Amino acid sequence: MTRKKPVTAILFFVLPFGLLFIAFYLAPIGYAIKQSLYKVTRTGTFGPAHEVFGGFEQYQRVFQNGPFWESIGRVLLFGVVQVPVMLGLALLLALLLDSGLVKGRAFFRLAFFVPYAVPGVVAAIMWGFLYSPNLSPFTAVTKTWDLLSADLVLWAMANVVTWVYVGYNMLIIYSALLAIPQEVYEAARLDGAGPVRTAWSIKIPLVMPAIVLTTVFSIIGTLQLLAEPQVFRTFSSAVSSTYTPNLTVYSTSSIPNFNLAAAFSVVLALATCLLSFAFLKVTQRGDDK
Amino acid sequence: MKSKSAAMAIMGICTFYFLVPIWWLFVGASKSRSDFSNTAPLWFAHFNLGQNLSELFHYRDGVFLRWMLNSILYTGGAALIGTLLAAMCGYALAKYRFPGRETIFNIVLGGVLVPATALALPLFLIFSQLNATNTFWSVFLPSLVNPFGVYLARIYATASVPDELLEAARLDGSGEVRTFFTVSSKLMFPALVTIFLFHFVAVWNNFLLPLIMLGNERLFPVTLGLYSWNTQVNQLPELRMLVLTGALVSIVPLVVAFLFLQRFWRSGLGSGAVK
Repeated sequence: MTRKKPVTAILFFVLPFGLLFIAFYLAPIGYAIKQSLYKVTRTGTFGPAHEVFGGFEQYQRVFQNGPFWESIGRVLLFGVVQVPVMLGLALLLALLLDSGLVKGRAFFRLAFFVPYAVPGVVAAIMWGFLYSPNLSPFTAVTKTWDLLSADLVLWAMANVVTWVYVGYNMLIIYSALLAIPQEVYEAARLDGAGPVRTAWSIKIPLVMPAIVLTTVFSIIGTLQLLAEPQVFRTFSSAVSSTYTPNLTVYSTSSIPNFNLAAAFSVVLALATCLLSFAFLKVTQRGDDK
Repeated sequence: MKSKSAAMAIMGICTFYFLVPIWWLFVGASKSRSDFSNTAPLWFAHFNLGQNLSELFHYRDGVFLRWMLNSILYTGGAALIGTLLAAMCGYALAKYRFPGRETIFNIVLGGVLVPATALALPLFLIFSQLNATNTFWSVFLPSLVNPFGVYLARIYATASVPDELLEAARLDGSGEVRTFFTVSSKLMFPALVTIFLFHFVAVWNNFLLPLIMLGNERLFPVTLGLYSWNTQVNQLPELRMLVLTGALVSIVPLVVAFLFLQRFWRSGLGSGAVK
């Protein structure tokens, strides 16, 4: 196009979002980094506190903070188990919905999706009751295994997250399946491929982008676990104030030690970005082959 | 056929898994306090839902209704405005060539990978410098920004708004902004519903930001309100039935929204996820 660029229109479109993005995304990131480089000192024990530049002192504390790294390990373990289970189930249900073997598709689609309408906090409260030995409708289970004990509470939370998000992930994968043109299946049918074979070698590769997308969001979500453990603290003493990285950030900032909390935030955000970016890179390399 | 019944069996078991907790919540919220702990959890006793609702709505000057209203304001308002802003930005990134376009897009895309919870604490520190924590705006304004919406809007605009149509509009003498609102936004409508719903759910679920930002109970969204009641259940056992009934009421708006917008949402999701 050789015509003059509509500068005012472009500014009109981009600026409102751009300014808010700068104010409420970039500025906080910058501010967190700045805060993480400061420390509070006092003159004498009870003297007035003032902030001075501390270099990487807070980061040194972050790296020496055992509970924080334990909590990172905990959510990684959580993610390694929960994300594949959740997405595997979502994929299976999407494939079944798409296979023509199932009657009443509209009903199932909606039934599986309803939990997504339940906010994380509310879902955690509900399941907290369902797990409690006295009130649960599944007393046969909750009397044998204490789902709120230190050993099992992590997996009890994994179940809450799975329950909320399977339907949502299923819907994303299912929509991708619906978008596959019918002609693609013709060849498979001529070759005499059955439904399992078709699913495995045609459908799954074609919906890979959707699976990658849902995986990245799940990784981000896992590292950010907050609402579920925060709620479970009222049901189970096994959930400490540093149970997940975000709980550590929250409890450090309510001490208050904002500088250290900011350093935790920065490290956590970086770890999240790196992990999701690495996952994207690995899967993209697979595509190039 | 064997595979057919196996498939239906899996679907049946999963339906059970997904719906029983909600059924339990509904049954539980319909019981009086003593029935709740003494009767079968998955079936009705004396139907007490009306009484529970009335208690819920009158408890402490109707603070629960206030929370629901807050949630709808925070969420509906932020999602509506946020979707419009994301759509405009994504549309410009898709349809105009200008210097810095790719840079802007990449920075915004990086924003998708930055978890919203990592921003809550620094946002609190910034707002407290301005003496603006514990206000409606301290939760509302940050909720407007939705980088993933920009990403989706760009994909959808590229796919659904043809350049020829924009050229034709220009020849007709329609201004760029007018074309967006009268022509392009209509073509992008299913996509906009998708962005709106994603945004709606994200804000509806956001917990850390209000938790850190708000101290005044009357500004709480319903999630934070129910959370605060639930932490007091051990001291005030009468709150338990209110928490349950409140949980049931709190999921109704989203279920209704899903049912209404389902049709658009599915078509929109499809075009987004394949690209």
